Amino acid sequence: MAEIVLERLTKRFPNGFQAVTDLSLEIGEGELLVLVGPSGCGKTTALRMVAGLEDISSGDLFIGGVRMNDVLERDRDIAMVFQNYALYPHMTVAQNIAFSLRLGKVPKREIGERVRETATLLGLESLLDRRPKQLSGGQRQRVAMGRAIIRKPQVFLMDEPLSNLDAQLRVQMRGEIEALQKRLGVTTVYVTHDQVEALTMGDRIAVLREGVLQQIGRPGEVYDRPANLFVAGFIGSPPMNLAHATVEANGAGVRVRLGSATIPVPPELAREQGLPELNGEQVIVGIRPEDLHGPGENGASGPEPGVLQAQVDRVESVGASLLVHFAVDARDAKAVAVAAATGGEVLESVPLTGIEGASFCAALEPRSGVRIGDRVEIALDTRRLHFFDPASERSTRQLL
Amino acid sequence: MSAASAARPLASPGRRRLHRRHASALVPKYLGLLLLAVIVLMPVYILVVTSFKGVAETDVSHAWSIPHAWTLDGWRAAWDALSPNLKNSVELVIPATLISTVLGSLNGFVLSKWRFPGSDLVFTFFLFGMFIPYQAIMIPLTQLFGDVHFPEGIPRLVFAHVVYGIPITALIFRNYYATIPNDLMEAARMDRAGMFRSYWSVVLPISMPAFVVAAIWQFTSIWNDFLFAVFIVTDPTKWPVTVALNNTAGSMVTTYNVQMAAALLASLPTLVVYILLGRYFMRGLMAGALKG
Repeated sequence: MAEIVLERLTKRFPNGFQAVTDLSLEIGEGELLVLVGPSGCGKTTALRMVAGLEDISSGDLFIGGVRMNDVLERDRDIAMVFQNYALYPHMTVAQNIAFSLRLGKVPKREIGERVRETATLLGLESLLDRRPKQLSGGQRQRVAMGRAIIRKPQVFLMDEPLSNLDAQLRVQMRGEIEALQKRLGVTTVYVTHDQVEALTMGDRIAVLREGVLQQIGRPGEVYDRPANLFVAGFIGSPPMNLAHATVEANGAGVRVRLGSATIPVPPELAREQGLPELNGEQVIVGIRPEDLHGPGENGASGPEPGVLQAQVDRVESVGASLLVHFAVDARDAKAVAVAAATGGEVLESVPLTGIEGASFCAALEPRSGVRIGDRVEIALDTRRLHFFDPASERSTRQLL
Repeated sequence: MSAASAARPLASPGRRRLHRRHASALVPKYLGLLLLAVIVLMPVYILVVTSFKGVAETDVSHAWSIPHAWTLDGWRAAWDALSPNLKNSVELVIPATLISTVLGSLNGFVLSKWRFPGSDLVFTFFLFGMFIPYQAIMIPLTQLFGDVHFPEGIPRLVFAHVVYGIPITALIFRNYYATIPNDLMEAARMDRAGMFRSYWSVVLPISMPAFVVAAIWQFTSIWNDFLFAVFIVTDPTKWPVTVALNNTAGSMVTTYNVQMAAALLASLPTLVVYILLGRYFMRGLMAGALKG
């Protein structure tokens, strides 16, 4: 059990590609930190540098206060769970789990005890004599976990351990891993591209984009106060609605003009976001689908709600809510968000529905009865508005 | 189309047509293959029937006929002539095959799974080795053996074959190890295994298929080699069977039955190796290491 400190960690590959740039993180003892980002964002490379599977180009890595840059992976006292599990195919479950202890010259009797203990913890007792190919995906995943936890290492590293499981099992294992980590209290770095996994599992989450740290914080913090457009678009599903707007600040308060709609901004939020100084300037306004409310929904819409006139283009029922898509006559700002979701590929927002402007999505109550073609008033919870500077893509509060 | 077949699922008529087309296309294909097989097997047939004939029967005009009186005389004579050399061949082929496959496995491992700077270049040089003809090194090799006083006879032959086997066995193992996921090696590293431990405990136990392929290859080419044997080994009592077989043809009287039996005798071990080891060509040993 130890804290991990990354100081300006950088990875340059021989072909000149810089996968990670000046990554600084402090991961507290017993903490579960999730590194999240689209594929190719450098999160796995960062993890592999901590593991010692990848050389550090520059910067320093400390585990438990000891500089680890030049320490061999096997001397770092780290256990890792791989995306593909990487179980030894010729060994039984018990042998797989015991392998590292056997190499560590642990007495046979103790190995036996610890294998049993680990198997009990993971519910693998009845599978100890099987070989990996006789196991289901979820069972293999557990064996991979067992191989890591039997070591009682200082640090766990997990590289997308759930991405090969089907959806149901993934949700179950998510909870199990989290519970296990809390119970064992081992400092853990967990890499995933799945923002739901990040939000649900992490004590804190660190969002990476093209090797650069975008934001680090508790899941709620990152979700509610994204530091920039990228984080806003990447974290949250369905993603945040984003569109260009103009700030109007005068004696009567601050408003934003979003296409033909004018939306009042609550004074504290306006102050916190530095909007009074941005009078007449362009900003990007963001609002999460769940902060949009349909007619007759009294989801706390703030003292002075903003209203969007919507003609419904598309309706998706996802059970717990009804996703209503509609066009807003303002310039779309989702390009960055889409790039995040598709792993860096920027797709020009094509008006597939033949409608110009930004496409918004509102998560309404499932039984609100909204149908395609309906004209409805959508109320915004104005306290939940987000504002970004179009040039720097950063939250306007960071410009103060 | 009848009502009954129309009621079948839509895919079925199409699939049946496909089957028929397959079947009609197969007939000429198999006839062609059969013809080629007969052509290839004709000499073997002559070899077998002649080996069971008496000397009197072995003239060219009766070459195709089945023996009137089956006899093992030819085989007995062949065994008497070749058995010391068969023993030499066994003493040569077993150590040479074992050493060269083990070396191939080690080489393949460091060239694919525990790579070092310049390993690709080294591998390229290895491959060059495959294209050096035996004839090119006859004189320098003989000179070298003499200069370093290398033990004469079979040990020299073992050494020469081991060295010449390095490229091909390295290639076989490298290609096989390339199919082992790198994750597995990294998992071993994270489990605190070093290079030798990773090889011994993780890679070697799943190397059986490559060992079988490399061993069959090496066994066959070493057993069948003639040129190395004839210029490296000067003492006739140490000759492997290929050289001795050639010399049975050197006498004044041509005893075809004995020669045919001798040829069969000399080629039996390679056949046996194929039949025995071929069964151990294992597939799917890797199944289960990774997801699906």
